[in-house]
This record gives sequence, structure tokens and C-alpha cells, in this order.
Amino acid sequence: MTLTADASPGLKPARPKGAGFDPIFQALCFAAATALLAALGGVIITLAIGGWPAFQTMGLGFITSSEWNPVTDVYGAAGPLVGTIITAALALVISLPIAFGVAIFLVELCPTVLRRPIGTAVELLAGIPSIVYGMWGLFVFAPFFSKHVQVPLMMSAPAGSIWEKLVAGIPNGTGILAAAIILAIMILPFMAAMLRELLLTVPPQVRESAYGLGATRLEVVSSVTLPYVRRGAIGAVMLGLGRALGETMAVTFIIGNSHGFPKSIFDSGSTIASTIANEFTEATSVAHTSSLLALGLMLFIITFAVLGLARLLIGQSKH
Amino acid sequence: MKSARAAQRQFANALFSAGCYLVTFIALAFLAAILWSLLTQGLGGLDLAVFTRDTPAPGSAGGLRNAILGSLMMCVLGMAGALFIGVLAGTWLAEYAGDSKYGAVVRFLNDVLLSAPSILIGLFIYGILVAPFGGFSGYAGAAALALLAAPVITRATEDVLLLQPGALRESAVALGTPLWRTILSVLWRSAGGGILTGALLAFARITGETAPLLFTALNNQFFSLNMGKPTASLPAVIYQYALSAYDDWRRLAWAGALLIAITVLAVTIIARIVAREPRRS
Repeated sequence: MTLTADASPGLKPARPKGAGFDPIFQALCFAAATALLAALGGVIITLAIGGWPAFQTMGLGFITSSEWNPVTDVYGAAGPLVGTIITAALALVISLPIAFGVAIFLVELCPTVLRRPIGTAVELLAGIPSIVYGMWGLFVFAPFFSKHVQVPLMMSAPAGSIWEKLVAGIPNGTGILAAAIILAIMILPFMAAMLRELLLTVPPQVRESAYGLGATRLEVVSSVTLPYVRRGAIGAVMLGLGRALGETMAVTFIIGNSHGFPKSIFDSGSTIASTIANEFTEATSVAHTSSLLALGLMLFIITFAVLGLARLLIGQSKH
Repeated sequence: MKSARAAQRQFANALFSAGCYLVTFIALAFLAAILWSLLTQGLGGLDLAVFTRDTPAPGSAGGLRNAILGSLMMCVLGMAGALFIGVLAGTWLAEYAGDSKYGAVVRFLNDVLLSAPSILIGLFIYGILVAPFGGFSGYAGAAALALLAAPVITRATEDVLLLQPGALRESAVALGTPLWRTILSVLWRSAGGGILTGALLAFARITGETAPLLFTALNNQFFSLNMGKPTASLPAVIYQYALSAYDDWRRLAWAGALLIAITVLAVTIIARIVAREPRRS
């Protein structure tokens, strides 16, 4: 809100005491806002300048090659790039139906007594740091996953089939799928909390008139409430995807950290963020550091596109 | 009379409701399992020594004192910076930007910055504060954390200032108060609860941040108050110890994880209470 003093000609506008500081204060506020903008610009510029040598020496091969070898100083980013996209996409596929189910449960089905405690629990869990999810994944989830999912699947796969190739790997409970599941658990409360907020914005009259027409709960949700919040819901899901793409610690613990293309769902792999976290402080050659920064630039571009789209969709749903 | 169509619709609806119950149960079970492991694994290692002794060499007794202190110093300094930038930037967006194009750009990019991967913020701070100034330092860590917290505070400040009634501004200005004083002593005061909530949520967020600290503050095995040097932090120590092969280090890592989780949960709960409390007018 801006307040302007309209001075009529001839009359000297009465200026409040201390008004001289007004432009200074405004400039200070403006500078702070610009500093945030500059920070985001700085992230792009730092990554672009730092990563430029990698793109220059490796050329297109930086994106298409999956050979990442610090010993011979050859870097191809296809492995981490594919790993990032696969784990984030898998995580989204796993957590999407669950997040929607939880949000719908909380808004439509939950007994009133439980609504608040469960809603609060979901929101609190959205704030648990990712390193805790990572530790839990490595020490609790991985052994369980190996014993009860991975080994039975490998045993039951018929020899020579595509199925056998898909589930091949070292049965230690880590790898692409395990990382995707941990990511899914991590983004689940985050997405569920946002979807719940969205569903609560649906005016009760809209929902009630659908019930009044004799619609079942499923029909109300699928043809009234979800279409009503569609844009915002897509935005919320994209924010979840953005989180999964850039998540570092939870993945680093459990993905197995090997470069190259993952060959099966239990194979170890890497994501852009996990590669940077593992190698950045140990990178000694210029090419290595530059390749990691170039990886960072690619991650930035991917997440920027996803987050930008998410924010646009959410912003439009508000009007 | 129930037609076959009605029965089919009823059946689909029952299936849907059961599905919602089931997935909620699955989600809560996973989250309960995580809290349960944290408590069972963490409580065993959480004793007084955790707070009074420094991170040990493998095989010897020790605690997490230096890491807790390092985390505290960086978080407090980071929050101070973030509050300064965030509150001013949020004020500009709410009070001065109006519908201007530049305001819309800042608002949009602040939202992007809010959810940008924290590891990239770490790389940026490495590029501007660590590489050119010859080394990892607690100050660089604090700067990275500040950059993660500032967008949260900006957003909260803007949202809560926009909720303040225009009459509040007008009545202050009518009394002959310059605009900056109006903002300082009227608007900020009446919006204080909301800004505090935002600040607490930002604090909860940066307490557990690990990735950006790895390349900025690095780590430090010893007790140190010098933030100009590499500084230990709880998340970085947890990361190092959890991936080690030593049982006592892993026990400390669990204790640290529990400590962080408790802190984050407590701060988030306080933030919710502050947000709910009726504002004094």
C-alpha cells in the first residue's frame, strides 16, 4: 500500500517530523528485496561460470556420456541425470495416490475428533529434517526392504526373463527403488498437508449441493472438489516433485552412490545432488569441480522449471 | 428399490473410502516407524556427556558439545541476517511494491528461492565466500543458512502485513507519523506474531539443513568459538558419524538425530501456538 501526499499548488504540504528518513527506509527495503533477487541471480551465475569449462571440454558428451571417472578426469553426467529423474518420478508415483488419499481422508472421512491431531501430525512430520529420513532409510528401512521385498522378488523371478533383469542387484536394501521410497515417504506429508489446505478452500455449499443431488462421496470428490482445486493441486504436486529432485541427504544415504546408468530397480545409482554432496569437497582437479558445478547448473534448470510452473499454477488458482 | 447401477455406485464409493483409510494408515505407520526408531535408537545415546563433551575419536567416549554449539552459533547468526533481509524485503513487497512489475518478479523469484535445492545454495556460498576468501568458515555456513531462511521470512512478513487493515496505516499517518515510523511502530508491532511464526518456521528449517553446510562450514572435530575457521555442526557430524563403521559414532549420530528432531518439532509447535494466540490490538 502506498500513501502519497497530494499537494495543492501554492500550499506547502505539511511534512511530518522525521519524514526525511522515508526515502532512506524505502531504499533500504528495496535493497533487501533486490538482495534476494541478486542471490538467485548469483546462484545461476556462480554455477554457470564454474560449470562452463566442463561443458566446453566435454561438449555434448557431458550430457550423453555415462562415464564418470575422476581418475582419468573424464566426466559424463548422464548417470546422475537419469538417476535424479528416475528417483524423483518414482517417488512421485508412489506418494501421489497416498498423499491424495490422506488429504481426502482428513477433509471428507476423518472423524472430527481425530481430524486435528492427524492433520497436525502430518504437518509436523513435513518439517522433520531430511537427514533423519536418510538415517532411518539406511539403518531401519534398508535391512527390512532387503529381507522382505528384495530377496523374495529375486528368488521368485523366473531365470532368463526380463523380470529377472529388472530386480537384479546386490540384496542389501539400497539402490534406486529404495531411494525412491524414502523420497516418497519424505515428500508425502509435505504434499498431503498442502493438498489438505487446498481441499479446505472448497466452499461447503459446492460440496453440499453435490451431496444434495445424491452423489456418493467418491463422486463428490472426483467430479466436484478435485476439479475445483485442480490447478492448485497440480502446483502442489509439482512442488513435491521439486523437493524430490533437489533432495540431497535422504538420497545420499541410501542410493548406493555409483555412477553410470542404473541397470535394474535395485541397482545402486546416484542423483545430481548426491554426487555433489559426496564429491565436491574431495574434488581436486579443475575438471572435476567444474563438472560438479555443471551438474548443479543442470539441477538448477530442472528444478527452476518445475518450481516456476508450480508457482504459476498455484498463483493462478488463488484468483 | 436399489437398481444395479446404485449398487455399483455404492460399491465404488465403499472401495474408495476403504482406500483412503488404508493409505492414511500406511502413511501414519511409516511416520510412526520413523519416530519410533528415533526414540529407541536415540534415547540410549542421549546422556549428559552428549552436552558436556566434544566429538570423540572412534573408540573413546565423547559427546556432541562442539557440534551443538557450532550449530547454535551458525543458526543464530544466520537467523539474524535472514530476519534483517527478510523483514525488510517482505515490507517492501507489502508496502511499497504494490502491483509493480518488479514487485511481481521479486515475489515470484522469492517463492522459487524458497524451494530451491539447498545444496545449490551451498555451492553458491562456496563460490562467493569460501573459494575467494581462502577457506571454509562458520561465517560462510551462517550465510548459507541465512539465504535459506530469508525467503521464508520474506513470504511470512509480506503475507501478514497485507492482512493489516488499511485504517491502521491511515490512522497512524493522520497523527502525523512519517511512513517509516508507521511501519516500524504500528505495522510491525501489530504483525509481530505472524512475523515471529515465520521466523520460527524458518529456524526449524535451517536447524536440520545438512547439504549446504558440507561445503561452507565443513566440520571441526574440536571445540571452537572461532567462526572464521571450519565449524562443526550437528547435521554434518550426524552425516559423518552415521556413515562410519564405528558403533559408538553411530550411537552418537542417533542421539544427534533425535536432538535435532526434538528441536525442530518443539520450534514448529511453538510457532503454531504463537500463530493461534489472539493478537493484541
